[in-house]
Amino acid sequence: MSILIDKNTRVMTQGITGKTGQFHTQMSRAYANGKACYVAGVNPKKAGEDFEGIPIYGTVADAKKATGANVSVIYVPPPFAAAAIEEAVDADLDLVICITEGIPVRDMVRTKHRMRGRRTLLVGPNCPGVITPDELKIGIMPGHIHKRGPVGVVSRSGTLTYEAVGQLTELGLGQSSCVGIGGDPVNGLKHIDVLRMFNDDPKTEAVIMVGEIGGSDEENAARWVKDHMKKPVVGFIAGVTAPPGKRMGHAGAIISGGKGTAQEKLAVMEECGIKTTRNPAEMGRTLKSVLR
Amino acid sequence: MKIHEYQGKQIFREYGMPTPRGFPAMSVDEAVDVAKKLGGKVWVVKAQIHAGGRGKGGGVKVAKSIDEVRQHASRILGMQLKTHQTGPEGQKVRRLLIEEGADIKKETYAGMVVDRGTQKVVLMASSEGGMDIEEVAAKTPEKIRKVFIDPAQGLSDTDADEIALGIGIPQSALAEGRAMFKALYKCFDATDASLAEINPLVLTGDNRVIALDAKLNFDDNALFRHPEEVAMRDLDEEDPLEIEASKYDLNYISLDGNIACMVNGAGLAMATMDTIKLFGGSPANFLDVGGGATAEKVTAAFKIMLSNKKVKAILVNIFGGIMKCDTIATGIVAAAREVKLSVPLVVRMKGTNEDLGKKILKDSGLPIISADNMGDAGKKVVAAVKGKKTKPKPKPKAKPKKRARKAPKKRAKKAKKKKRK
Repeated sequence: MSILIDKNTRVMTQGITGKTGQFHTQMSRAYANGKACYVAGVNPKKAGEDFEGIPIYGTVADAKKATGANVSVIYVPPPFAAAAIEEAVDADLDLVICITEGIPVRDMVRTKHRMRGRRTLLVGPNCPGVITPDELKIGIMPGHIHKRGPVGVVSRSGTLTYEAVGQLTELGLGQSSCVGIGGDPVNGLKHIDVLRMFNDDPKTEAVIMVGEIGGSDEENAARWVKDHMKKPVVGFIAGVTAPPGKRMGHAGAIISGGKGTAQEKLAVMEECGIKTTRNPAEMGRTLKSVLR
Repeated sequence: MKIHEYQGKQIFREYGMPTPRGFPAMSVDEAVDVAKKLGGKVWVVKAQIHAGGRGKGGGVKVAKSIDEVRQHASRILGMQLKTHQTGPEGQKVRRLLIEEGADIKKETYAGMVVDRGTQKVVLMASSEGGMDIEEVAAKTPEKIRKVFIDPAQGLSDTDADEIALGIGIPQSALAEGRAMFKALYKCFDATDASLAEINPLVLTGDNRVIALDAKLNFDDNALFRHPEEVAMRDLDEEDPLEIEASKYDLNYISLDGNIACMVNGAGLAMATMDTIKLFGGSPANFLDVGGGATAEKVTAAFKIMLSNKKVKAILVNIFGGIMKCDTIATGIVAAAREVKLSVPLVVRMKGTNEDLGKKILKDSGLPIISADNMGDAGKKVVAAVKGKKTKPKPKPKAKPKKRARKAPKKRAKKAKKKKRK
């Protein structure tokens, strides 16, 4: 099994006609069951057309009605991306994965507010997406570094997630699902939400949690792990050397008011029984050391 | 993106928030002219730099005569103002704000940010004005009042009143306090601010509530819809290397160490810096080269890294993923040749066509040290620095300017889509 997505998921791409949307729809479609899973595209101006055989609809609701798609992936440019998320939420999809980087925070605050009480889950924005190895890839991660197996991966970063996955695969440890929750301060699923899902997933045996400076999501997740998690969790936090007050690439990666430092996060994680490493080259081996 | 206090106050006034009367001045003569124009008996001469703690550093002075205005202005203008946010070199003062003096009865604090936990805008206020809010939060958290604002409703009268009374604004000035907080939220929301701070927010002798200071930061992601904010950007306040990097869509931040690094992805870039530290080195910068590490971008990145004179070695760490390692390797070789690289270069590449990429590096004839993983790369680059301390460095192209722990500062970054990695 897996979390969030599997081979039965049906996906629509919002922003399928843009350069990024086209490229990554092609790549994702070429991975595992992608051919069967990618069933629709959305572009209000190109309804009735198709992208390499994938039919394009004018709205998310139309695409859902016509194809039964239950998940959407968004490559829409930042000024319009929050509205695209809201459209998917209004159409009652199960899950929206927003890859777009650079959405104004104010837009996300409003979108998150409108999502309250709705059933649709959001992953991202500013994230690599979600992959369930050998079943389905939704996002921009390189498919070939993944391998099916028992390790859950959750991370705020893109390439650092690939780094963790690459190490696991080299050690022969496959992944149940890998979730990039994104580097923005206002986003959808948090570490804690994804850990809950991995905890309930019978095929996940251990989880690697990759965090970075800024906010207190890792601490919140760690406290939950201490009280509820039945599986071992290991962690790495990027940014021990990051200076305070500087935005380190990701909008959410900033130490403000002395809060959100890597040291603070690592300390709480360790207190809560999460085995951590300071060496990002050791993420895979650290996970291996806790596998039962 | 940060702006100056006088610019923040101009914006506050547009939203109906009372501030002392005042004007910016770029020269001593202009400062005197402004003071004369303002009239009155007391003026405040305030250094305008993008960092807090100006008063303690000697950048804010009260003048009781036009002569004193001239004296203070000539002392402050051009000084290297050192505050806890500027680092040891300080920041050169190029602009002043000349204001009428205020009759202060009580100093309070008001601030607004997006709270990550609740994912709402939070108004924070405290009866302890003029102080560092972080210090208040640490020592006397009970003195900070907070209200989380519903984005659909805005700040309600009830909440605004509660905050005003909670920080000691008297009933007689309640309407003014309420108006101030409501306008602050309106301003925060409309300008796509990431931080708005009034410290101090004062109650005057005649019971008016005025913003004696103004700190406004804007969300870089929203600058595409605020050309009026972009026009306020003061490049003198920013690190020249960071400005240069932003031209190439590179995310660069200067640090204190001597090992430069170039990485794709922000998380991996931070992790690479951490690895350098872990093996006993010290990173000279954060540099996220982004998804499309083309020869042009890599060359620009190399030039920027090397214009920091302290750099003794470079570590390149690329997780190719979808991007091919041979393409990256070609870019690195071209860049190394163009900048006539003379410091050790350690390259760690991972991803599609890895072997081909390594071969290109090897065949280039350049003294490139190849590393198999991040740990290996960290060890090798630290060893390279320790072994070759006297290696000559190329002449810097852009003028380097070291800035250590500096106040947060953001670049006007082009809104962009996630690119292939």
